[in-house]
Amino acid sequence: MSQIFYPSTNTFSRLSIFGGIFIVAFLVWAWAELNESTYATRAKVPIQQPVPFSHEHHVGGLGIDCRYCHTSVENSSFANIPPTKTCMNCHSQIWNRAPMLEPVRESFRNDSSIRWIRVHDLPDYVYFNHSIHVAKGVGCTTCHGQVNKMPLMWQENSLQMSWCLDCHRHPERFVRPRSQVFSVNWQPPPNQVDMGRKLVKEYNIQSLTSCSTCHR
Amino acid sequence: MAAVALACLNIACRRDMQDQPKYIPLRPSDFFADGRSARPLPEGTVARGQLRADKVFFTGKVGDQFVDRIPFPVTRAVLERGQERFNIYCSPCHGRLGNGLGIIVRRGLKRPPSYHIDRLRQIPVGYFYDVITNGFGAMQDYSAQVAPRDRWAIAAYIRVLQYSQQASINDVPPEHRQDLGGAGTAKPAEAKKPSE
Repeated sequence: MSQIFYPSTNTFSRLSIFGGIFIVAFLVWAWAELNESTYATRAKVPIQQPVPFSHEHHVGGLGIDCRYCHTSVENSSFANIPPTKTCMNCHSQIWNRAPMLEPVRESFRNDSSIRWIRVHDLPDYVYFNHSIHVAKGVGCTTCHGQVNKMPLMWQENSLQMSWCLDCHRHPERFVRPRSQVFSVNWQPPPNQVDMGRKLVKEYNIQSLTSCSTCHR
Repeated sequence: MAAVALACLNIACRRDMQDQPKYIPLRPSDFFADGRSARPLPEGTVARGQLRADKVFFTGKVGDQFVDRIPFPVTRAVLERGQERFNIYCSPCHGRLGNGLGIIVRRGLKRPPSYHIDRLRQIPVGYFYDVITNGFGAMQDYSAQVAPRDRWAIAAYIRVLQYSQQASINDVPPEHRQDLGGAGTAKPAEAKKPSE
C-alpha cells in the first residue's frame, strides 16, 4: 500500500488548523453582521403604503407639528396613527379630487379603516411607552430620524436591544431640552454631554437597565 | 452558506414570540367584520368620571348663549399651554398671529376670518370653545384632537393674540421694549408724536 500522507501534507494540516480559527471567527463575524444588517432589522427600507403619505411634505414642507396627527404621544404608551378624519381636516378641500387620495376619501365615506403598514414594529415581548420618553426629553428624531426628509416612512434605527441600551446606559448623550422634543430641526450642540448631564439631573432621568424595565 | 443558514434560522424562529396572539393598539382583528380590534363606543356610552355634567365647561354655553368667561382661573401656565396647543392645531390654517394666513390657507384652503376683525374681538370667548368643539364652515371639529381644557386654553390664547395685535408700544413695560428688537426702537418715536 502506498503512502497516503506525504511530508508536504504537514504544511497543509498546520495551515488548516491555523486557518480554521479564522474560518470560525469569520462565520461568527458574518452572523453578527447579518443579524444587525438592514436585511434583518428592516431599518432604512422605505415601506410601501396604501396611500403614499409623505412626511417630507407634511412635516418638512408645511411644518405641521408631529402632535397634529400623533395626538396621543404625550399621554399614552402608543403614538396613534391618526384617524382618516384628521386627513380630511385639510383634504376635504385640498387635493380633494386627487386619485392618489381616493383610498382616504373611500375610508371616510364608508367609515372603514385604511390598512396602513406598520413601520416600527417592536416585538410583543418588549414594553415601550412613548409618553415617558417624550416627557423626559427624548426627541422624536432621536429615534425616528429626520422624518422631515422621508418621502415614504422608514425605520431609521435597528430597534434592537443594544440600540435601546445605548441610550438607557448613557442618556446624557441623547436627551434634549423639553422645549425641543418635537423640533425636527434640532441638532445636538457641541457640548451635548455637559448639557445632557444637567438635563438628566433636572428631569430626574434614571438610567433604567434592569430586564423588567422593558420585558414585563 | 452556513452563516446564511444560521442567520435565517435565527430570524425565522423568533416570530411566534415576536407576534403574540394579543391585541396591541391598532392590530387588526379577524373576529370583527370591520377588522378593528379597538371597538367603537356604542352611542351614549359614558365612562365613569366622564359624565360632563359641567355644561359651561363642556359646551361653552349657558342655554343658547356663549359664556364670556373662561370657567377656570387663567394663569400664565394656562396661556402658555394655549400658545403651544394653538401653534400645533390652529396655526396651520389660522397662522401664528391669528390673521388667517397659515400655510394650509396659502396652499389653497378657504381663508378663515382673521381674529382681529371687530366681530371676533367682541364675541364671547365661549364661541371659540364651541367652534373648536363642533367646527364651523370649512373648519372641521377638533374635539378628537384637543381636550376640553386645552380648548379653553386656546380660546384664552386667541384673546392674547387679539390684544397683542391691537397693542401699541406704550403697552409694553419699558424693561421689555428692547426684547422687541428693531420694532421696539423704531416705534417709541411714532408713539410719542400724538402727545407732542
